[in-house]
Amino acid sequence: MSALEDIVVWVDGVGLLGPGMNDWAQGQALLRGEAAYEAAPTVLPAPELLPPAERRRASRIVKAALAVGLEACRQAGVEPGALPNVFAASGGDGHNCHALCELLATDDRQISPTRFHNSVHNAASGYWSIATGATPAAQVLGAYDASFAAGLLEAMVQVDASGQAVLLVVCDSEYPQPLHAKRPIQDTAGLALVLAPARSERSIGQIRMLRRDALQEKAPDQLSSAHPALAACVGSMPAMRGLPLLQILCSPGTERSVALEYFSPQSLVVTVARAEPA
Amino acid sequence: MSTPLALAAFTASSALGVGLAPLLSAIRQGRSGLKPCDFESAAIDTWIGEVPSVDEVTLPAEYRAYDCRNNRLALLGLQADGFEEAVRAAVTRHGADRVALVLGTSTSGILSAELAYRERDASGALPEWFDYRATHNTASLGSFVREYLGLRGPVTVVSTACSSSAKAFAAADRLVAAGLADAAVIGGVDSLCLTTLYGFSSLELTSPEPCRPCDEARRGLSIGEAAAFGLLEPASGAPGEIVLSGWGESSDAHHMSAPHPEGRGSKSAMRAALVRAGLQAGDIDYVNMHGTATPANDASEGAALTAIFGNKVPCSSTKGMTGHTLGAAGGLEAVICALALRHGLLPASVGTKTPDSSIPVELVMKAGEQRVLHHVLSNSFGFGGSNCSVILSRKDAP
Repeated sequence: MSALEDIVVWVDGVGLLGPGMNDWAQGQALLRGEAAYEAAPTVLPAPELLPPAERRRASRIVKAALAVGLEACRQAGVEPGALPNVFAASGGDGHNCHALCELLATDDRQISPTRFHNSVHNAASGYWSIATGATPAAQVLGAYDASFAAGLLEAMVQVDASGQAVLLVVCDSEYPQPLHAKRPIQDTAGLALVLAPARSERSIGQIRMLRRDALQEKAPDQLSSAHPALAACVGSMPAMRGLPLLQILCSPGTERSVALEYFSPQSLVVTVARAEPA
Repeated sequence: MSTPLALAAFTASSALGVGLAPLLSAIRQGRSGLKPCDFESAAIDTWIGEVPSVDEVTLPAEYRAYDCRNNRLALLGLQADGFEEAVRAAVTRHGADRVALVLGTSTSGILSAELAYRERDASGALPEWFDYRATHNTASLGSFVREYLGLRGPVTVVSTACSSSAKAFAAADRLVAAGLADAAVIGGVDSLCLTTLYGFSSLELTSPEPCRPCDEARRGLSIGEAAAFGLLEPASGAPGEIVLSGWGESSDAHHMSAPHPEGRGSKSAMRAALVRAGLQAGDIDYVNMHGTATPANDASEGAALTAIFGNKVPCSSTKGMTGHTLGAAGGLEAVICALALRHGLLPASVGTKTPDSSIPVELVMKAGEQRVLHHVLSNSFGFGGSNCSVILSRKDAP
């Protein structure tokens, strides 16, 4: 590491899931403007890796996290259980949180043990590690609408520090009413990246971050899209704040910098370049 | 190897009192701050560690949106021991954009949501006063402390349940090593709420008496609350300086709320911390256990400790004094370790009456024992199988 060199990581795999976005292949077509965006509720795959008891009880955020994490690892050709991981989310399972608050507001208050252990912010990370057998370090952050940028920063720093690939999973679920009125997350969504320290034949692009001044006082970039409903996803789900970065990653052209929403009034500015075939 | 980070300033507020002085005197005397649960409307037969006077704290007007028990506790903690002034001086030295903020919390300001749910109107809507972002949300703690201290470096709010603020040390160390910051404010703040009181009670893990870590008749944990903070800056080499010499993190991949029976994950976290610190197990002079006093935790941790250290290293859990402060425990217990190093003092396992013979560690039973300490290790483990061990060392003149 030199103080003068940027932190550079290579993107070896992407996982994407959200309303009207079933996977990264579909996401690329949408972000390139090659397909028309059709808004539809998020379709959550069954979490097959979990043992049957956990599978039945798996919440929406856990299903989304497992789906995007596995998709990214498959593309990167890495064993999911082998990677240290960084999970970032604004909140945990919104439905579980509502159920607990509702019960605690009554005189009964007999909450279920499962509801309680599923209420921790790191529940999705815990289920990921149980499902994949991942025993390396698992970091879990909460950063409200800065969750994608905060997770990316942490994951890039980990790759830089360890020289090893890291899995980043950013995901959130919606809250039911009445919390939804206070925190209107549109739908369950997830975005995962496998970030590696060196380029490989799997690498689809590069992300660079300055060691100084990566956090700048400027507004986050929006998605350039002919589909207003797709562009609106960026602001309505924390994980989807990473879509402007993914758009550069899958579009032809030279490298570009992108400002990602951070703790106000700052944005995290990184430079993204697609890895052109050698 | 790069310059290690030193704890240039630190403070902690817990059931034992606000700031370091009452904490140090409690360690010397083996005093517990636990009391029968009288928190809010909780009707649970258990004991708690409540920080005195949190309710009287008033946030300055410009931060009023952040007003909740957790941020009041954060402010109370920041203002103790001149910690806030030490951070402001560091900001002047390094620049606001070069000071990172890394804090751990498990429940942040969820108490505000619990209270707001009681005040839903006829349509079911939450009251106007409830500010989700600034209180309930996990990031609220980081946003409030960042604004209050005027920090503009990277902000990381770690939420891995009861290992949260131990992992803050690791995350801060990486940020400085990567050159993203020159110093870091680290810590943890977690406050009493109904979710954790009723939640641990539902798991039958709350003790009806003050918790008894590693006791043969231990009956569970006592929930507490705390605010602990540290300022990490590159070590100057001054004699007596306390440095962060190592940390290790791992996942159990076993169960959401039960530890691995043989302590698989905790062993690998401790081993990783030793490797990073360049130390052997025999170099560790004291271990501050996670030691929640639940039957499963203490048995699992005991197995892991015995596998690595044998029965030769003095160990204790200080949760009999403070209660289990959940996301703040790693920070609070690191501060206890820093006091132990500074004052050459072995913290006792307060509350333990008869050590469990199936946990063959050398449990410190008598408070106030003086011992020259060079390297101490603190364990913090959380739901989801999240483990973190931190090693602090005292640098004496060569």
